[in-house]
Amino acid sequence: MKKGLTVIGILLVALAISGCTKKAEPVAIPEAAPYKVAFIYIGVPGDLGWTHEHDIGRQAIDTAFGDKVKTVFIENVPEGPDATRIIRQYAQDGYDMIFATSFGYMDPMAEVAAEFPKVKFVHCSGYKTSENMSTYFGRIYQARYLSGIVAGKMTKSNIIGYPGAFPIPEVVRGINAFTLGARSVNPKVQVRVVWTNTWYDPVKEREAAVALLDAGADIITQHQDTVEPQKAAQERGKFSIGYDSDMRKFVGDSVLTSPVWNWGVYYVDTVRKGMEGTWKSDQYWEGLNADVVHLADFSPLVMQDVRDLVLAQKDKIVSGSWDVFTGPIKDNTGKLRVNDGVKMSDGDLLSFDWLVEGVVGKVQ
Amino acid sequence: MSFAFEKRKTVSKTAIVAVPIISFIVSLVLTGILLVAFGADPFSTFAAMFKGAFGSGRALTETLVKAIPLMLTGLGVALAFKLKFWNIGAEGQLTLAGVAASWVAIYWSPWLPEPLLLPTLILVGCAAGALWAGVPALLKTRLKVDETLVTLMLNYVAILISQFLYYGPWRDPKGFGFPGTQMFPREAWFPRIAGRAHIGLYLALVAAAVLWFVLNRTRWGFELKVIGNSPRAARYQGISVERNILLAVLLSGALCGLAGVGEVAGISRRLQQGLSLGYGYTAIIVAWMAQLNPIAIPFVAILMGGLLVGGDQVQMVMGLPSSMGLLMQGMMLFPMLAGSLFTEYRIKKITGTQARESARGGA
Repeated sequence: MKKGLTVIGILLVALAISGCTKKAEPVAIPEAAPYKVAFIYIGVPGDLGWTHEHDIGRQAIDTAFGDKVKTVFIENVPEGPDATRIIRQYAQDGYDMIFATSFGYMDPMAEVAAEFPKVKFVHCSGYKTSENMSTYFGRIYQARYLSGIVAGKMTKSNIIGYPGAFPIPEVVRGINAFTLGARSVNPKVQVRVVWTNTWYDPVKEREAAVALLDAGADIITQHQDTVEPQKAAQERGKFSIGYDSDMRKFVGDSVLTSPVWNWGVYYVDTVRKGMEGTWKSDQYWEGLNADVVHLADFSPLVMQDVRDLVLAQKDKIVSGSWDVFTGPIKDNTGKLRVNDGVKMSDGDLLSFDWLVEGVVGKVQ
Repeated sequence: MSFAFEKRKTVSKTAIVAVPIISFIVSLVLTGILLVAFGADPFSTFAAMFKGAFGSGRALTETLVKAIPLMLTGLGVALAFKLKFWNIGAEGQLTLAGVAASWVAIYWSPWLPEPLLLPTLILVGCAAGALWAGVPALLKTRLKVDETLVTLMLNYVAILISQFLYYGPWRDPKGFGFPGTQMFPREAWFPRIAGRAHIGLYLALVAAAVLWFVLNRTRWGFELKVIGNSPRAARYQGISVERNILLAVLLSGALCGLAGVGEVAGISRRLQQGLSLGYGYTAIIVAWMAQLNPIAIPFVAILMGGLLVGGDQVQMVMGLPSSMGLLMQGMMLFPMLAGSLFTEYRIKKITGTQARESARGGA
């Protein structure tokens, strides 16, 4: 026992010394205090998907403004009450603008926003706004539709597997757009959805993909945060369509293409407005035309005729002459939901709670 | 020559005091080494963690926000553990109680007189927690079904029930199809004491005092102690073992349920994703670290809450990755839990013959 205590004592002394010998670094006095921006992440930038893309957007701020801005992030913050504490601490520590990059941060952010009227709060993918709280998202469904065309052309079994995080409008909208795209070129396509009830869980995401491959899917796409479903497909020698980032870079050419985020466009602009004092609360929701979303480069395995088809459709969307959710659209019970020629309103899209014909799954 | 654990005949008084202190120092040293290995200064990290957990009014109330559910679930599982009923279903009991309290808050509030709303909400929530603990208790006492598995499995059932409700029939009609119930009416909110710390704190402290009194100063408490030590001896004394286990486990579930009531009525004010952040499992650690002593549980819960809240600072102030915070929390808990072993056991050097004997003895 005595020996043990001695060892501990020595270690403590060693720690004390290592602590004391650290030289005090000179404090640099900046000309003007930098504009302070904080990001709340649900996963880690190393997920190579959702959070990875937000972090690239954050770095775009650093590149654009240099010393005039200081950005920080905190990773792995659970949705719910814990987020309130974190957001409040940033607000209290004098951050000027706080970005929260997951749906479940909405209530926590709204709660803190009411307490700190001078801080600007920016929430991704929700619907609550106030004087000092904005929302932002992108019309990723446009890119999803295009990726659906690729999948519809390339599938042989006509079954496409789709691990989805939660049955909420954001995810439902993506599934529907993808399915409409696939069935526009191949009406026999079935899209099978498995809900994982998590945004970020590499193990569950992979398991869902494997289950879908076992059920006969020969292409896997996904609405999750990591590359695991794509890796699972590649290991089985199957194709996949990525999401969030250009997953072909991380997995290989089996990833035919990916609908990807380009958050830097929005982040740089929003921070600039904050610094100039022209920021106003709004609901940002742009698409392919604003380049906040786009379709990643095709894998060499995608044939030229498929590429041409996709690019033609893309031009129609970008020009605004046509959008994805234009009737006639039936739901997956066979009921006609959107009449011929009618375009669904943004309000309907933001509260999407039914699945289109061709999707095997349920919103519950 | 080899070593073996030998149960102490009497729990050493010195050990009770010395072991936690030594464990704590060992924890600091281990995590300190880890930090140095990652090129971070352990002293400023510990200081930042302490400051983040206890260093300001806001920090302290946030620590209490975590400590409240940990106190209640800690008390709940400690009571069951005293009877050697391994209730690892606190998470489910908490969740189902949250569901029941939400039901009252949203669907009973229109017709229930306002002064009755909060008491009803608490009672119905506790009843739901008790019910959820009662199922494994009945299965155990009537059919000898192992409670560890049943309580664990029921956690998932409760979480799925809550998901079904806030994705389905209880979904907020004004929520644009997003999951989650509507906000509770203001009358159904737990009053807050400071920051987000709510009156659940008082309920938890009262519960701790009452539980201590019941266990140490009443006949029923004595009976429970006898059952915990030896159910056979209890039967010889004419104590109804089954009935007492059932009652105690119901109470255990009610305490865990109260934690869930506090989470929905005091913190989120609606039922939605992320109701419990694993409090029901952390409660098991809290209960053991407090050595099942109801008076010690609130203190341990506050320490644990501080550790969880202070963990943020590892990222926010020190700029270390989030996994570092979790690693540190784990490394701090290990020596503390291992340490509690030494209050009841001691290491004994044994020679060849003794080793064979003790092996035969099944020690």
